[in-house]
Amino acid sequence: MATKIDRGVFLTDKSPAIVSCAAFVGSKEGKGSYGSYFDKIVEDSHFGEDTWEKAESRFQLETVSAALRKANLTKEDIDIIFSGDLINQCIGSSYGLRELNIPFLGLYGACSTMAEGLLMSAVFTDSGVAQRTVAVTSSHFSTAERQFRFPLSYGGQRTPTSQWTATAAGATIVDINGCGPRIAGGCIGEIADLGITDMNNMGGAMAPAAAETISRYLSATATTPDTYDYIITGDLGTVGSQLLIDILLKQGVDISANHRDCGVMLFDNDKQDTHCGGSGCGCSASILNGYFIPKMKKGEIKNILFAATGALMSPLACQQGESIPSVSHLVNIKMGE
Amino acid sequence: MLWDIIKAFVIGGAICVVGQLLIDYTKLTPARILTGYVVAGVILSAFGLYKPLIDFAGAGASVPLTGFGHLLAEGIRKSLDKDGFLGIFTGGLSAASAGISAAILFGLLASLLFKQRDKS
Repeated sequence: MATKIDRGVFLTDKSPAIVSCAAFVGSKEGKGSYGSYFDKIVEDSHFGEDTWEKAESRFQLETVSAALRKANLTKEDIDIIFSGDLINQCIGSSYGLRELNIPFLGLYGACSTMAEGLLMSAVFTDSGVAQRTVAVTSSHFSTAERQFRFPLSYGGQRTPTSQWTATAAGATIVDINGCGPRIAGGCIGEIADLGITDMNNMGGAMAPAAAETISRYLSATATTPDTYDYIITGDLGTVGSQLLIDILLKQGVDISANHRDCGVMLFDNDKQDTHCGGSGCGCSASILNGYFIPKMKKGEIKNILFAATGALMSPLACQQGESIPSVSHLVNIKMGE
Repeated sequence: MLWDIIKAFVIGGAICVVGQLLIDYTKLTPARILTGYVVAGVILSAFGLYKPLIDFAGAGASVPLTGFGHLLAEGIRKSLDKDGFLGIFTGGLSAASAGISAAILFGLLASLLFKQRDKS
């Protein structure tokens, strides 16, 4: 049973293992700096479906199926699936996963969903409620753009701080008895809001949430940044990443050497004109499951903090002048002793 | 002819540069900048400042959204003279009717002829 070591911070007892993972991305993501690491690059943004919403659902389903295949598991082996996405009522998840008949808990953590799903997976497996769980999430440029910003045919200019929603999905299978990198602990984020109202500066809005979560986990576990090979944030982008490093430096914590941001990593920002980088649930989910976890399995990386970040606003609230509340959840993934 | 093109390019370009600077350095959303331009055109026109700009730069001043604001203001001014009080309500849209009808028609045609597609 996981134990609390501080408010919202816990360590797992039996260290649930990540036995399989998969990441599917779209064409633009496939041309990014990490394109070669993903399980599949789907060139057709419709993924053979007639709407982008159906395409996003298919992304989730296919990614989960690939993760199951890689571990020689079937859907009957999974006790609970945790999933969420960015479309209203999380239909990317519910429509995508309905044919699996796996007990389902829907999550909404915006772009922090991957970490939220892993936190839930860790606690549910460690407590004995489930033996094996799946955490999965997705985003699609063409569903998120229409959900949060503009119709696709609208030819507006993008602002310099804006980020590009990734068309991607990532799935992780957690097993209490398996072998692989292990979830050693986690930190549940607080809602942070410094009053940023600009929907095109989500990295800036989310950086304080990431700073609070990372600093709470480090102090609760009495560790320093150099304990970890990488401290990975979800999708702060270039502006938000710099802000995160600055906020933590003011508290005397220097993460500049081993900080990586999935939003900065996913695209080749110079060549692909994505401005501040990638965003969306699928951004950190695909980089974690396509790059970091496989590298851990090979033994090239031993210990990481994965702090996905989510902006919890709705377009309506922002139009009404509300600021952007943000959250960042963290999991510590280690190669087992 | 060449001189007209240069004038249109410089003035039209300058109006667009202001919009780009507003996007880059303020938190104004594109929708607010867009409506702000129309309102600015109305105000400039009301003070008689926009007509000279169109006389000088032609399409460089009439094509940007400030030109649309000017068109609304001019239309209201003219029909106010012609029809009196009712002209306040009819003038703006009458003057802009060609532009609005064209926008709707071409929008409809484009939606019939082409399929919406993702950006890359």
